[in-house]
Amino acid sequence: MYSKALAPLAIATVVILTATFALVFFYAPLDADQGFVQKIFYVHVPMAIVALGGFVAGGIFGIRHLRSGDSSWDLRSYVAIHLSIILGLGVLVTGAIWAKASWGHWWVWDEPVLVSFLVTFLLYCVYYPLRFAIEDPERQARYSSVFAIAAGAFVPLNFTAVRLAEAYTHPRVLSQTGGDLPSEMRLTFLVALVGMTLLFVTLWKLELTAKHASMQLKKLRRRRAEREAVAA
Amino acid sequence: MIRAALTILRKDLLLEWRTKESVPAMTLFTITVYVLFHFGLDRNALDGDLASGVLWVTLLLAAVIGVSRLFAAEREQGGIDALLLAPVDRTSLFLAKAGALFLFLVAVEVVAVPAYDLLLLGPGLGGTLPELPAILLLANVGIAAIGALVAALAAETRARELIVPLLLLPLLVPLLISCAQATEPLLRSEQGPEDLGRWLGLLTLYDVVFVLVSVAVFDFLLED
Amino acid sequence: MMWLAAPALPLDEAGKYVAGAYVVFLALILIYVAIMAAKLARIDRELTELAEEDR
Repeated sequence: MYSKALAPLAIATVVILTATFALVFFYAPLDADQGFVQKIFYVHVPMAIVALGGFVAGGIFGIRHLRSGDSSWDLRSYVAIHLSIILGLGVLVTGAIWAKASWGHWWVWDEPVLVSFLVTFLLYCVYYPLRFAIEDPERQARYSSVFAIAAGAFVPLNFTAVRLAEAYTHPRVLSQTGGDLPSEMRLTFLVALVGMTLLFVTLWKLELTAKHASMQLKKLRRRRAEREAVAA
Repeated sequence: MIRAALTILRKDLLLEWRTKESVPAMTLFTITVYVLFHFGLDRNALDGDLASGVLWVTLLLAAVIGVSRLFAAEREQGGIDALLLAPVDRTSLFLAKAGALFLFLVAVEVVAVPAYDLLLLGPGLGGTLPELPAILLLANVGIAAIGALVAALAAETRARELIVPLLLLPLLVPLLISCAQATEPLLRSEQGPEDLGRWLGLLTLYDVVFVLVSVAVFDFLLED
Repeated sequence: MMWLAAPALPLDEAGKYVAGAYVVFLALILIYVAIMAAKLARIDRELTELAEEDR
């Protein structure tokens, strides 16, 4: 049920991501200020945007779960958040590499994307201990959905607040997704963004399928054990 | 629903009045932290953004204590089952708990903010009225709403004392940013330009979003 | 390597950082795929066991 369209999605992901790499290294011009280092931007920022989208999607799935009581929504929420946390780790690491290359330090407070990501990442890391500290599976799913909703509402608020604060004290060093990107860079960035989104959706479906198969297996095993217990 | 909320609130306030468990501890904690900052920063007086930051971080840390204790009475005496069995809307429970936390915070701030003025604040509090109380009240609404939600989320989990600060503090970051930025011009030695409108607006938005979210999801917590 | 053939790109310090960032990205994907592969292998193994038992 989760694996619908998985194969074509995977193929599309490969195609678009390969196109992205080609565009980044063969088509997009060098940035005037940052030079070659700016190329990190094409992997760092799309990852950040997709991860944030994943967190918000996790919240929306949480709402669907609470409303319907159908636990498949909780599974979708869990996997979305799980994948976004992994992507978030990538955002922080590539962001640190970018910071080191641009400003000489492994961490800078000047980039609002990076800073708001750190806070969001710290928050979502609590998702696992919260989830696995609750034993009853139905309650575990419910509380996780509540967290996903509250945290999902938090993400845009946090981003706005950090951005306002940084703009106030430190002028933005690099205008990233702003409208003043030259058109070749903007095209490359958009393709990268599409590729990253496709990657997220493909991996999301992949993990959902694996988890679902695993759950069906457990159900089969349980049924056999029950049948044997009755027959005995 | 309001009446039920007020009844539960009254019970919580009476309990606090008799046992005096949360508010004195929170207040004492903030004053202790001021002393820690005096030694840690090696300063006799703070002003501007440093003063604003120390004030707000200390208040948030004290709020963590208050949130951890919010359902303590029900947990220790098993009162939560009685509350859940009664035909009471979960929303009333939320309003009561958030209301209690709000009032506790007000009580703490009534003592802690003048204490701050006494111990660490360079410029006096005189120029900060009426803006500072307004910021404090708005902040308390947000902290109360989020605090009640986090308290309920963590109430039934095993690692309660760890989960509360880890959940609460990141969630409060936008609130912290708004409050610190709003308070900073009020605490400067020389009066500078203020930009309260933007930060109060963000703070209000934060309050509205999280009161709505908490009210909406509270029904799904503490169910059995 | 791609950037050697690319037009007018300086292969200096900057190259290492950019490569590092892209390697991190690829490593994340590949580690994830490896873990999924391991899970799939386990599911397959257990399914075979179940099929055997039913015989």
